[in-house]
Amino acid sequence: MRIHPRHIQKVAVVMLGGAALFTLLILIFIIGFILEKGLPVISLRFLTGKPEDLGRSGGIFPTIIGTILLPLLAIIIATPLGIFTSVYLSEYTKETKLTKVIRFGTDCLAGIPSIIFGLFGYIFFVVTLGLGWSILSGGLTLAVMILPTIIRTSEEAIRSVPKSYREVSFSLGATSWQTVKRVILPNALPGIVTGVMLSIGRSIGETAAVIFTAGSSLRLPESILDSTRTMAVHFYILAREGISQENAYGTAATLIIAVLFINLSAYWMMSRFIAKRS
Amino acid sequence: MKLIGEKGVQRALMFTAFSAISALLLIALFILSEGLPFIFRYGIKDFLFSNDWVPQQGRFGIFPMIAASLWVTFGAMVVGAPLGVAVALFLSEYAPRPVMRVIKPTIELLAAIPSVVYGFIGVMVLAPLIREFLGGPGLSLLGGSIILGIMILPTVISISIDSILTVPQSYREGSLALGATTWQTIYMVTIKASKSGIIASIILGLGRAVGETMAVIMVAGNSVNIPHSPLDSVRTLTANIALEMSYATGMHRQALFATGVVLLVGIIILNSIASVALRKRMVKK
Amino acid sequence: MLKKIIVLSSIFTIGLLIAGCGKGKTAITMAGSTAFQPFAEKLAEQYMSTHNNVSITVQGGGSAVGIQSANSGAAQIGMADLVILPDEAKALTSVAVAKDGIAVVVNPKNSVMSLTTDQVRDIFNGRITNWKEVGGTDAAITVVSREAGSGTRSSFEQIVKGIVLKKEALIQDSNGTIRETVANDVNSVGYLSHGLINEKITALSLDGQACTSESIIAGDYKIVRPIYLLVKGDAPGEVGNFIDYILSPEGQQTIKANHLLPVK
Repeated sequence: MRIHPRHIQKVAVVMLGGAALFTLLILIFIIGFILEKGLPVISLRFLTGKPEDLGRSGGIFPTIIGTILLPLLAIIIATPLGIFTSVYLSEYTKETKLTKVIRFGTDCLAGIPSIIFGLFGYIFFVVTLGLGWSILSGGLTLAVMILPTIIRTSEEAIRSVPKSYREVSFSLGATSWQTVKRVILPNALPGIVTGVMLSIGRSIGETAAVIFTAGSSLRLPESILDSTRTMAVHFYILAREGISQENAYGTAATLIIAVLFINLSAYWMMSRFIAKRS
Repeated sequence: MKLIGEKGVQRALMFTAFSAISALLLIALFILSEGLPFIFRYGIKDFLFSNDWVPQQGRFGIFPMIAASLWVTFGAMVVGAPLGVAVALFLSEYAPRPVMRVIKPTIELLAAIPSVVYGFIGVMVLAPLIREFLGGPGLSLLGGSIILGIMILPTVISISIDSILTVPQSYREGSLALGATTWQTIYMVTIKASKSGIIASIILGLGRAVGETMAVIMVAGNSVNIPHSPLDSVRTLTANIALEMSYATGMHRQALFATGVVLLVGIIILNSIASVALRKRMVKK
Repeated sequence: MLKKIIVLSSIFTIGLLIAGCGKGKTAITMAGSTAFQPFAEKLAEQYMSTHNNVSITVQGGGSAVGIQSANSGAAQIGMADLVILPDEAKALTSVAVAKDGIAVVVNPKNSVMSLTTDQVRDIFNGRITNWKEVGGTDAAITVVSREAGSGTRSSFEQIVKGIVLKKEALIQDSNGTIRETVANDVNSVGYLSHGLINEKITALSLDGQACTSESIIAGDYKIVRPIYLLVKGDAPGEVGNFIDYILSPEGQQTIKANHLLPVK
């Protein structure tokens, strides 16, 4: 008995639509669960106070500082390195086997699990170089982790700048660097910024690599050699060890809001740039 | 900047590029230099296929962890791939464009949620459910697969949508003109045309699943055990590294780096397949 | 715009760096035993409130991390809760600062209230697999243990001799996590530091002895181990001062008040 294609179509719509609805519900559930339990905990005192009794009470201010400082250090190191590397690779070199190998290499490194960077960071920065559990160790490890991604996304953004732009610039007598500075970078900026923003988002949520390199000190860091705890690590410890469910949810809610804010800003910035161009 | 001149800038850029690439090379070499000698000394067969992981007695067989990583990733694929592709199809073929343009970035936001949050929800919500309705400790292969499956959804959905959208509208119009329904067009034309991109999205998602650490430590139970059922507790390669790395010394530490090498190889293989699939998609146009 | 951000951030970071270099404070890092970690943090807090020139940070990781980081210099003081210190610790000076009992714990809803040492051994070995075999309900036992580098685990397995942990045992990475796991699963059993017991879990009586401070001090409860602080060489300067503080009546009182046992 052959079922009429229109009936199959209806079933298909329902099933596919159901899948979409189900996925959205999961998303809403996850975010809603955390926000519902966490938002009531968030107050000015929670955000600016120091943790007391190992985090059972008090605020999470030092962890907010840690969450800002670690990705900041990583971005400061990795962004210029990454952008200029991709500029050099795409504008100043010819497409050779070597560049293909480098591209493949950075692609692979971008996919390496963060725990391996954590392992590397612990053995190399914390122990061998003697930096100890510190913002420096954590920042360097995160920088190395996001560098391949920044190189890759920058390169894609630079490549998407039309060849004609470059040709016009050269025909007007500009040098390579002037072309890069005045034509290519401004046009590739949306893509580059997106890559950087996504890397920031990833660094903020990163736990495995951070615990083993920056440690888990609850004290407000006073120098770059101090250990610090990020919100993600704080949430992990509070939740896992049952120190305070409430504060765990509060930390998670703050974390999610921060990450969502960064990603939304990235999108907004990108759409603004694209609108400006066209 | 006239001071430096064009040549100077070029040299500066070259130096930067060199430094960056050397840094990355350093890491790769570091991991290999710690891990490879161990593999050759211990014997690759024993390392990969022995069941005994007892570091205190110098036995470093990671087979249970390889099995766990493979099963958990497979489970994630079973959960995430069909669901993800279904959602991608719905959003690109049935949903009105403006709706898709709002929902796609929203789903991509899912990817930004830290993995520890997923893991926590797995422990507090999913594990008790599994314990109650299916038995076992709850912290299990099943729990890990479901959480990982959810975690890879944004990757699968986003890249699949990109891929489906590149199928020329003329293909669809041709099919509809011949009298096919939208659904028939989807499975006879659109899916076939975007197959490479969809496969690439799934493989990239699997790459993420293989590398996930925190969520699996929280939800999968961490037993060094070859799973006989989805309700068994398992320890993935990544969890093994995380649980033991802070105190491992000597051969034990090298064994962990060697585990890293195994993970690296797995991910390189996955990435290569994905990029071949993605390139196929480009060439077809 | 981007340039401005980069310049500002670099100045900020360099400022931090300089701030760090100019500090007169002695920085002490303690790392190791998760059983002692909460107590170390409390002691550090108290000590720092009266000694402004010292900055003490406490990390966890387990006793093996304590030994290793003391050896490598990543920490000035390693914390280890082990019955017998392993060879790696021979190069270090060890000071016992507290005593701690290890309680075998179950979920409060579990009807089983006491076990013999043999029963405990068989449960962790996997020979006893159902609660009904020890007087409880008909349910499979979920065994929860620590990772291999844990002092609590090493001590537990050394005192309750003959345990070869069964392969299906769940592994969690700190005392606190075991507590949470047992608190969430009615059929689970685990072990953790006596000092970390709270109302979410029940400590079983072992061979008729309840796990209380009194029975541990009296020597009736058998699963007990010392908590060692490990330093390289003899404890110089501020490190030595801090350790002396922990051994002082005030330090030991803090330890007692928080349900750990003083070493004297």
